[in-house]
Amino acid sequence: MLFTELINSLLLDTTQSLPRFAVELCLSATIVLMLLMRLSGFDKLIPASLMATIGALVASVLAYKQYDALHSVAVDASSKIFTGLLIHDGFTVYFRGFLALFLLLTVALTSLTGIPDEEDGPDFYSLLFGATIGMMLMVSANNLLMLFIGVEMASVPSYAMVGFLKGRKPSSEAALKYVVYGAGAAGVMLYGISLVAGVLGTTDMSLLVSRLTSAAAGGSGGLNDPELRTVALGIMLIMVGLAFKLSLVPFHFWCPDAFEGASAEVAGFLSVASKAGAFGLLVRFALSISGAEGTGPLMISFGVGLGFIACLTTTFGNLAAYAQTNLKRLLAYSTIAHAGYMVMAVAALMVMANSPNAKALELNINQSIEGLLYYLVVYLFMNLGAFAVIAIARNYTFSEEVDSFKGLVSQSPTLCIVMLICMFSLVGMPPFGGFVGKLFIFASAFKAGETHWFMYVVVAFGALNTVFSLVYYIRVLRTMFLETRPADARPVPVPLASWESAFVVTLAVFVLLLGVLPNMMSQTANNAAQSLALFH
Amino acid sequence: MNPEFLLSAIIFLPTFGALLLALLFDSKNAEAMRLFAFATTLVTFGLTLVLWGDFQGATPGIQFEVAKQWIPTWHVYYRLGVDGISMPLVLLTGLISALAMGASWSITKHIKGYLVLFLMLETGMMGVFLSLDFFLFYVFWEVMLLPMYFLIGVWGGPRKEYAAIKFFLYTLAGSVLMLVAMLMFYFNAPEPDGRFNLIKLAEAATAGGLLSPSLQITAFVMLFIGFAIKLPAFPVHTWLPDAHVEAPTPISMILAGVLLKMGGYGIIRIAFPLCPYGAQYWAYTMVAIGVVSIIYGAFAALAQTDFKRLVAYSSVSHMGYVLLGLAVWKINENTGETIGSDYWQMGLNGAMFQMIAHGISSAGMFFMVGVIYDRVHHRDLNRFGGLMGKMPLYSGLSAGLFFAGLGLPGLCGFIGEVFVVLSTWNFNWILAVVAASGVILTAGYILWALQRVYLGAEYKGPHAEDLTPLNTREKAIASVLLVLAIVFGVYPATMINMMEPSVKAMAESVESGYQNSAKQVIQLQAQR
Repeated sequence: MLFTELINSLLLDTTQSLPRFAVELCLSATIVLMLLMRLSGFDKLIPASLMATIGALVASVLAYKQYDALHSVAVDASSKIFTGLLIHDGFTVYFRGFLALFLLLTVALTSLTGIPDEEDGPDFYSLLFGATIGMMLMVSANNLLMLFIGVEMASVPSYAMVGFLKGRKPSSEAALKYVVYGAGAAGVMLYGISLVAGVLGTTDMSLLVSRLTSAAAGGSGGLNDPELRTVALGIMLIMVGLAFKLSLVPFHFWCPDAFEGASAEVAGFLSVASKAGAFGLLVRFALSISGAEGTGPLMISFGVGLGFIACLTTTFGNLAAYAQTNLKRLLAYSTIAHAGYMVMAVAALMVMANSPNAKALELNINQSIEGLLYYLVVYLFMNLGAFAVIAIARNYTFSEEVDSFKGLVSQSPTLCIVMLICMFSLVGMPPFGGFVGKLFIFASAFKAGETHWFMYVVVAFGALNTVFSLVYYIRVLRTMFLETRPADARPVPVPLASWESAFVVTLAVFVLLLGVLPNMMSQTANNAAQSLALFH
Repeated sequence: MNPEFLLSAIIFLPTFGALLLALLFDSKNAEAMRLFAFATTLVTFGLTLVLWGDFQGATPGIQFEVAKQWIPTWHVYYRLGVDGISMPLVLLTGLISALAMGASWSITKHIKGYLVLFLMLETGMMGVFLSLDFFLFYVFWEVMLLPMYFLIGVWGGPRKEYAAIKFFLYTLAGSVLMLVAMLMFYFNAPEPDGRFNLIKLAEAATAGGLLSPSLQITAFVMLFIGFAIKLPAFPVHTWLPDAHVEAPTPISMILAGVLLKMGGYGIIRIAFPLCPYGAQYWAYTMVAIGVVSIIYGAFAALAQTDFKRLVAYSSVSHMGYVLLGLAVWKINENTGETIGSDYWQMGLNGAMFQMIAHGISSAGMFFMVGVIYDRVHHRDLNRFGGLMGKMPLYSGLSAGLFFAGLGLPGLCGFIGEVFVVLSTWNFNWILAVVAASGVILTAGYILWALQRVYLGAEYKGPHAEDLTPLNTREKAIASVLLVLAIVFGVYPATMINMMEPSVKAMAESVESGYQNSAKQVIQLQAQR
């Protein structure tokens, strides 16, 4: 190939790719603008939080436009961008929209609660936006290298954000713990990538299935085949890296410490956005290694392994949450438990996609992805709602202990009712969104039970954990509603007519809407699942 | 009135009222809020009466069916309807809610929150009895838990928090099992669009095309545990004495009058029709559990010194008759045919009637206990006595309601118990004798309680000066309940005529469902 041809084709590829990368570009531009404005002193005129709000808003609109544009072509329209490093399809756009919306809500929350202050605004929002771009790269990765870059790009700003409360010792400690664990996990994941790429001879995720098929051909298809054994080891190591991001047991140790040390706003961001990014990536990775001929049983055992981890994670998360007195720590363990529920969907997906009659199960496979995506959206609203209530109350009481919420209902009924809605949704009670999401996930795990019996055990664990989880959520609610506020407690006067209330009530309304009218969102999630176009 | 609108109005009018109450009323104006909430429950009860007026009692099957797509991707429908099994329970719910709201004048703490939660609870109860879509049923079933938790937890007695969480945990554990069973039906339904449709699922089960016999056995156990907790049957009844004793009087009335019926209703509406083979497989176990509940509840009631706890344990005993009546289904092992189908139907009718009768009499008993507790602030049976002299009208009305609970002929409690015990004879005469002897124990604890509370020379307990006669509101509530207890006792046909056709149709389809499943078992054995 001539040099000019190469340049021309690259040029063509880039110009075609850039519009499809508009959301990320918009976020990058906002970062640059915020930092430049501080250099020139403009940030005194226009506060960074306003810039960030505008940037996130534009990004959300762009994501919505992209969604519309894709759907006018076909549900499963997709294209590879940047020479195949990234993939642009309904799934990517769904997550872009999700992350942009969440970014917008987080920015709104931070400007309501005043963390960060004016001085640190540009730094904080740059980190927040940078992490979001990393997550967007994670969910659109089509190459093992992009997988790694995405994870790192999402992680590094997160480390800094956890330690953002400068001068607070627990905050620095949390950040350090997070960095050390994160670096270890990244190393393990990189090693896994090198094993997979080394044996299969490609880092392109869309080629992994065909390479796996040829690697398995002739051999036994199981672990006796040395090539497959190496690949399996690589896959396992990559999953360890992702499990760290998802805080799955036994890679969860960083999570409670990091959440307790970080501010509630950052903890809310990490618990939703970084989980969402990691789940998007996990689904992509799981699908990229599913369906190769001859490796069915091996991959099913990976799915079952994920199911086993899911059982461990939910049970551990829920049981450990019992003993917590700090609300952020309690929600950290609840986050661990919820990651477990969501992994059940991925386990079901892997089991079904590798079953001998996978083609007949296509609808169910799509439904399992749909369930996961739906749960993520509900989780966004209910978890952010809970963290927002903590952050708002903290500004008055200067405490995040459960005890500081004693009898809060007498002073701020709005905050308490929002907390009630969010927590019952976290338990999975109708008519709130958490129930619908949980039902979708349990249903797909149950269906996967036809392929491998262990998935029935997974459903049983999920159901059992719903009951376990009630106890500690309701302990918080009991403190808020049934106890009387001590006379010496600092008052929390948040009336209904205030920006804080408006924000949390909006979140609660969405939690309720997602439970009562799940149709629109579940259809959208299903479209995103179809866009992965498993068998086409 | 348009049935579609009528059914939805019955369910959602209370919530609408709660919304108005929360938004429009000033929380200082307690009297206006009480009156408004009472009016809402009265109008809702009026609507159920309108529904009854339009209801064709002689035809079996679902009437006024409403079906609107809700979540098309998952085949969930907003599907409502009534038949002879749910109609009496809908009426009961409307009535008891209105009466319990009438009894709520004794609540003074955070009155607005109380009324809002109460009305939300009524929506949940109506929804459970009216929905014909499993998903919808489950949603309403769970929706009740949230208000109930707070109604007990905030307005209850000294151990309210313990009682509230215990109630919540037990019910949630049961409903989670129900959820798993729901998934089993979902993935085995023959028609994709009828995956949550209880009527279509029941039809499929009748044809033997829903679950395989072995799956039916599993699914039935899961459903049964969920419903038995609510019923409550021994040994999962332990939440009930705590919840009933700690709950405020109106909520005890609702708990005993309506919530317990949901267990029985779930068994007859969902567990039996959807798993006929499983139901028959576990029939003996259920009958045994029923008999144990009767005897155990009665003995436990005998041992109580707390007046309210005694009434609570009497509920365990009385609801045992419901389970017994539902389960006395005897088949010929060789042919799969039902032996004495008429007897089983009699048992089913008896169980259904017992639910209504218990709804009236136990709500009345709890109300009467509440009346005296409001005055003297204690419930210790050994420190009562002599109330007959101080409050003759109250004592007379109480005696009537307690005799209704006892099962005195001429009062509502008698009919259900007799029907159930007679049909048990066909199933197993020893168990029938044991169940019948429960009546003696019942007479024992009720008469003994009457003696200790109302008879005797004079009242020697605390607050003797507060023993004022009943006010008009209390008189009205007690009289309505007693009149109904007498009407149903003298002329049970008002209810039985309405139930019978639907119960018969249900029994016949379950019987043929069992036969079809039993054939599959024989085929499987032949293949081996």
